[in-house]
Amino acid sequence: MKYETVIGLEVHLQLKTKTKAFCGCAIDFGQPPNSNVCPVCLGFPGTLPVYNKEALNYAIKVALAFDCQIQEHTKFDRKNYFYPDLPKNYQISQYDLPLSRQGHMMITSKDAPKRIGITRIHLEEDAGKLIHEADASLVDFNRTGIPLLEIVSEPDLSSPQEAFDYLTGLKSIVEYLDVSDCDMEKGSLRCDANISLRPEGAKELGVKTELKNMNSFKGVKDALVFEVSRQTELLQSNQAMVQETRLWDADGGRTIVMRSKEGAKDYRYFPDPDLAVFIIDQPMIAKIKSALPELPQEKLRRFVRDYSLTEYDAGILVSSKGDAEFSEACIQKYQGHDKKIMVNWLIGPLLSEANSRKVKLHELKLDKNELLSLIGLVEKQEISLLSAKSVLTQAIDTQKPVQVLIKEGNLSQISNTDLLQQIIETVIAENTKSVDDFKAGKTNALMFLVGQVMKKSAGKANPKIVSDLINRRLS
Amino acid sequence: MMDLNQLTAHELLNKLKAKEISPESISESLYARIHKVDPKIKAYVRNKGQQEAPLKSQPNGLLKDVPITIKDNICTEGLSTECCSKILEGFHPPYDATVISKLKNSGAQIFSLKANMDEFAFGSSTENSYFGATANPWNLGHVPGGSSGGSAAAVAADEAIWALGSDTGGSIRQPASFCGVVGLKPTYGRVSRFGLIAFASSLDQIGPITKDVEDAAILAGIISGYDPKDSTSINKDVPDYTKSLNGDIKGLKIGIPKEYFVQGMDPEVKSIIEEAINKLKSLGADSKQVSLPHTEYAVPVYYIIATAEASSNLARFDGVQYGYRAKSDNLIDMYKQTRAEGFGEEAKRRILLGTFALSHGYYDAYYLRALKVRTLIKQDFDRVFGDFDCIVTPTCPTAAFKIGEKTQDPLKMYLSDIYTISVNLAGIPAISIPCGFTKAGLPIGLQIMAKPFDEEMLFRVAHAFEQSTDWHKVKPKL
Repeated sequence: MKYETVIGLEVHLQLKTKTKAFCGCAIDFGQPPNSNVCPVCLGFPGTLPVYNKEALNYAIKVALAFDCQIQEHTKFDRKNYFYPDLPKNYQISQYDLPLSRQGHMMITSKDAPKRIGITRIHLEEDAGKLIHEADASLVDFNRTGIPLLEIVSEPDLSSPQEAFDYLTGLKSIVEYLDVSDCDMEKGSLRCDANISLRPEGAKELGVKTELKNMNSFKGVKDALVFEVSRQTELLQSNQAMVQETRLWDADGGRTIVMRSKEGAKDYRYFPDPDLAVFIIDQPMIAKIKSALPELPQEKLRRFVRDYSLTEYDAGILVSSKGDAEFSEACIQKYQGHDKKIMVNWLIGPLLSEANSRKVKLHELKLDKNELLSLIGLVEKQEISLLSAKSVLTQAIDTQKPVQVLIKEGNLSQISNTDLLQQIIETVIAENTKSVDDFKAGKTNALMFLVGQVMKKSAGKANPKIVSDLINRRLS
Repeated sequence: MMDLNQLTAHELLNKLKAKEISPESISESLYARIHKVDPKIKAYVRNKGQQEAPLKSQPNGLLKDVPITIKDNICTEGLSTECCSKILEGFHPPYDATVISKLKNSGAQIFSLKANMDEFAFGSSTENSYFGATANPWNLGHVPGGSSGGSAAAVAADEAIWALGSDTGGSIRQPASFCGVVGLKPTYGRVSRFGLIAFASSLDQIGPITKDVEDAAILAGIISGYDPKDSTSINKDVPDYTKSLNGDIKGLKIGIPKEYFVQGMDPEVKSIIEEAINKLKSLGADSKQVSLPHTEYAVPVYYIIATAEASSNLARFDGVQYGYRAKSDNLIDMYKQTRAEGFGEEAKRRILLGTFALSHGYYDAYYLRALKVRTLIKQDFDRVFGDFDCIVTPTCPTAAFKIGEKTQDPLKMYLSDIYTISVNLAGIPAISIPCGFTKAGLPIGLQIMAKPFDEEMLFRVAHAFEQSTDWHKVKPKL
């Protein structure tokens, strides 16, 4: 029997507000343990939470970016459970009236757009961090009370690759909104996955597994790939599936059981009486909506329309907000006849420079004007494309002006026909076979001869002029 | 001359202003009284953490140098605040409750000894204190009421000038009634709850316990007001409550809810209250019977909502950060042992009740339903206040009962709050004032209720009544 995969993701995002969700403590990473704390986030007796309007605004921004319905009357609930990283032994969260519901996000699957439903997005507070030492367990409450956004997808994802693409798209949108660092390794983005298999075409969902402990998008994908094969084997050998929570063991490349469903908890949710119901009215929504930045999908469509980019190229450029802004600034500054030339520079040499340096395009230490002048020199045939690429690398490495680098490297293109003529004569003398081929009508031979001239000139010869000269010389 | 400890705050303020007395002399007279009578009454918490401290001159302000006694569940920076529970052993909050900051800003002196109470305010008799029961100053064999029994007894026995209590289901008014003093439960949201160790967050309010209505009006004026640290506090101007003390209640419409005067009620209480209502009529008020039809559901609704909130509010007492921690080898045992040893019987009973009411499968039948009935109870009051200025009832069905009389029967104990609970569920303000004594010499309280944020009405009616009677001037013989 053939099976199909059903995946839903639960993403937690730490919002980068100035202060915590329910108290005035600063959010400032990398501080000594228990330094960003106060009686309120430590849950001391008698203290009360007061909600942070900035966190609410951020949450509404994200909800709108995913086309969610905003709940007009929303409230906070208490999720009750005991754990030492939770000072009140309840988490302030949202239960039956989440801030927003019924949103969606588009991904590309098998070259076609696919709509992934977002069940809900709600606001809650983060817990502290336990540190286990040999003889004791310690708690760091710096993280306690940081606003956390929970984004729950519908089980609309049909493969580990789709899950990966969904996460990538989600991160890109949130980065555009500038409300979270979205760094999975640092824990500002966390992802749990629900996965089940069912016979192809079946309507009912199979028995699901919840996956935890993934700390990169690739980890999520790998864990899901592992689960697909594990569950397929179980189903094909007619073994009973049990609903359970499994942990991804990245080193072992496998998932291991954490707990089965019998361990399911009753969190005794109820409305938090310390926080009054709050109202998100239409004017407030309209205000936040009007301040939303252009999001990746819109930007992609605009790039395709305005700069005649292919969807593929535009997709590369808009995947990061900084890159999109950098690219657009370059394209706009570029005065040449064909914007495509600048685009090719961006997704060609520049992107490969960025990739080899493991930074984003816009993080390259390169002045846009230097880039423009370099491209201009190539177009005026004052420098070869090959040399230009090496100048680009050096410009990024040294931050020296392009003109200086060309001078220092003696890279100006040779367009002087007398000089070129000499080299051509030598090449013709050394390659009589190719000369004969050319004369016999083999055009490839011309390219070979031009190549030889380029080689002899250390890449500085202007290939177009060389080609013309050889043509004239041999005809 | 009368001893200073017997005076009201406004009387002391006059003497202080006239420089007739010094803060030290108030201090001496209070401690002398405490040393004399508190071994019998035990209104104050006596444990290692509590230290007697002589009063010092305070910054200028409306209440300059007047000492005030604080219930043990209101956070006082640097002073022991334990909710009379073993589980908060040694807890000295590093912050003041907002009411304490307001008092300090007005020049008041926070009395260093804290007032006894039922553990976490769970009770109606102050018998549930980890530090032992408080006695009623009018009869040491009787309870002072609760949970603010220490505050009320201290004020009644002149061991305090005035005091703060907290009221979740009657915890200010019932002990005020039992001890023959004035007790006000303000409108929910009128006084900041920041720093009040929560019992039931949607019901709790801090309020004054005083020797007369004028003091209650003064103190209410100081502690009321919006607090950005409490998002359930309401941003509404605080009027000068002392302006309501004009004695004029002519033409006021008073509602007398028939559900509060049922067959089988204590005949002594009934006749004292009827007499009090006649007194109000003789002062020019009109009274008429009204109905609050959902009154009978108030007690069950209260014990679901209050315990549900309490079960969650008390979860933080786990031995991890502060207070008592039992010795144990692992986390789960630490939780279990700490809470088993740290909480008293009644606290455990209420945590269990509340946990049950919120549990999966029971939530809709209990908690959610209780919330709905709470709305009906609130609507009962809205309806009556559409036509009436205030509602008058007994504060309690009986006078103070004997120590030990109800400890074996929690349900009977819960029913002693039957007349006070609806007020908290509806969020409205109410005051209890002395209105007579039983033949056995125990005080009886008259409860006046008003619509939300109309504390002025309470002070107006209470003051008019007080001015035409002498009940508040009678002192217990100790």
